[in-house]
Amino acid sequence: MTEIPEHLLKRAQAAKQKAAAKTDPEAAADAPAESAGDSRIPAALLERSKAAKARKAGGGDASAEPTPAAAAASGGGSVATMAPPPLATGPGGHTQRLLTVVKSGSIQDVKAKPQDKVHVWPHLLIIEFVAALFILAFTTIFSIFVNAPLLELANVNKTPNPSKAPWYFLGLQELLQMMHPMVAGVTIPGMGIFLLILAPYVDRNPSNKPEDRKFAISLMTVHLMFWAVLVMIGSFFRGRGFNFALPWRDGIYFDL
Amino acid sequence: MAKTMQGDSPGLGAKLAQLNDTVQGSQAWSSIFRPGSIFRKGYSDSPRNRSYVIMNSVLYHLHPVKVKRHAVKVSYTLCLGGLSFFLFILLTVTGIFLMFFYRPTATQAWDDIYTLRTAVTFGLLVRNMHRWAAHLMVLSVFLHMARVFYHGAYKAPREFNWVIGVILLTLTLLLSFTGYLLPWDQLALWAVTVGTNMIGYTPVFGSEVRFVLLGGAEIGTDTLLRWYVLHVLFFPFIIVIFMAIHFWRVRKDGGISGPL
Repeated sequence: MTEIPEHLLKRAQAAKQKAAAKTDPEAAADAPAESAGDSRIPAALLERSKAAKARKAGGGDASAEPTPAAAAASGGGSVATMAPPPLATGPGGHTQRLLTVVKSGSIQDVKAKPQDKVHVWPHLLIIEFVAALFILAFTTIFSIFVNAPLLELANVNKTPNPSKAPWYFLGLQELLQMMHPMVAGVTIPGMGIFLLILAPYVDRNPSNKPEDRKFAISLMTVHLMFWAVLVMIGSFFRGRGFNFALPWRDGIYFDL
Repeated sequence: MAKTMQGDSPGLGAKLAQLNDTVQGSQAWSSIFRPGSIFRKGYSDSPRNRSYVIMNSVLYHLHPVKVKRHAVKVSYTLCLGGLSFFLFILLTVTGIFLMFFYRPTATQAWDDIYTLRTAVTFGLLVRNMHRWAAHLMVLSVFLHMARVFYHGAYKAPREFNWVIGVILLTLTLLLSFTGYLLPWDQLALWAVTVGTNMIGYTPVFGSEVRFVLLGGAEIGTDTLLRWYVLHVLFFPFIIVIFMAIHFWRVRKDGGISGPL
């Protein structure tokens, strides 16, 4: 038992005295009736507990006064008639009663549903480790067999034909052939990056299911394909003078 | 291990066990490994120890103890984000190696790369790895972005992490592009010339930005030094900060998205 702090005990005592002072005039008048009449506990239940007490005290003669208990609740009545298993009683001799059943969720607000989870070790870490090993092995083996290009020393006076940007900028270089440089080199890629950043703020559709996002997915696919095709054309289909060329006829002008 | 050596000398196994106890009981050992670390208390497979592997190691900065079951499916993420990070680490390691043999001046840069290929042990291999890993990283970051888009993983509450991701994509391109100049061969010089001419077309401040980036009106030895510093210090520093925020937000926003 935990010790009750003194100030709480005092407060409880004060409250008790106050309550006693209030009910005192009536209590003096009808003290015996109060216990039965004014109590919030239904009479039937009081009767039952009284019967149980009497049974416990008197042994087997519980069936002598069964009528109120049996009338109150058929379940209780059957117990009363069977009698032998003694009912559990509380510290004050009261019978335990089930007041109500509180379902979880009716008082507490359960927000998180339990989720099926797995331990990061070993399930995730092993996958990551294998993936890292795989990419390391791939890079190493590829590097053993394929050398990175190193052309002759840079010469400002000797422009190679064609001169190409790194592959990821070849889409831009391709656009540069078709449009004014400010549009192709600045406006379009700038807008592209800007729209990409804005994507989550523009697309307010909360679903992540592909069937609900047909427009977003089509738009992105067209966007990605647009750049992929431009990069492919710039990489493989542009020859001398950055003119259109067929790789199988004119050779590939492409260095990584 | 101790058992296999027992044949050589009778007391060796016991001595090794004793040494093991001394090392693991030492002040240094218990300073390095936290209480509860599997390196202090040993590991046997149990749910509690599985949690301790993460909780009591530096991995706890990167991973929670548990993740949603669908998150460990390779077919969901294709490991693309993690591979981008791993390629960044690989590029850092190989890049540090290359820095030992490289001087960013117009007179020495190309010769240094040539010497690296021909005379330095593993020089050719490490340079190849650096170059191919760089191209792979651009590819994997790009594919990671596509994967995230197609899974709708940029939606609430992950909007801001998507923004950081786009910044990381841009930084990756900048890292790759600044590295492109450093070999100082014809490919590097003219690819960067084409690239930087585009910057010049930016309205208002385009030519000024180009001038600052090149360290002059044309690409020269000053450009090389500037791009070297940008490539080995400035952009890696910036990208590491953004990566830290990116990974932190992945956890704070409730792990990876899905299932679909």
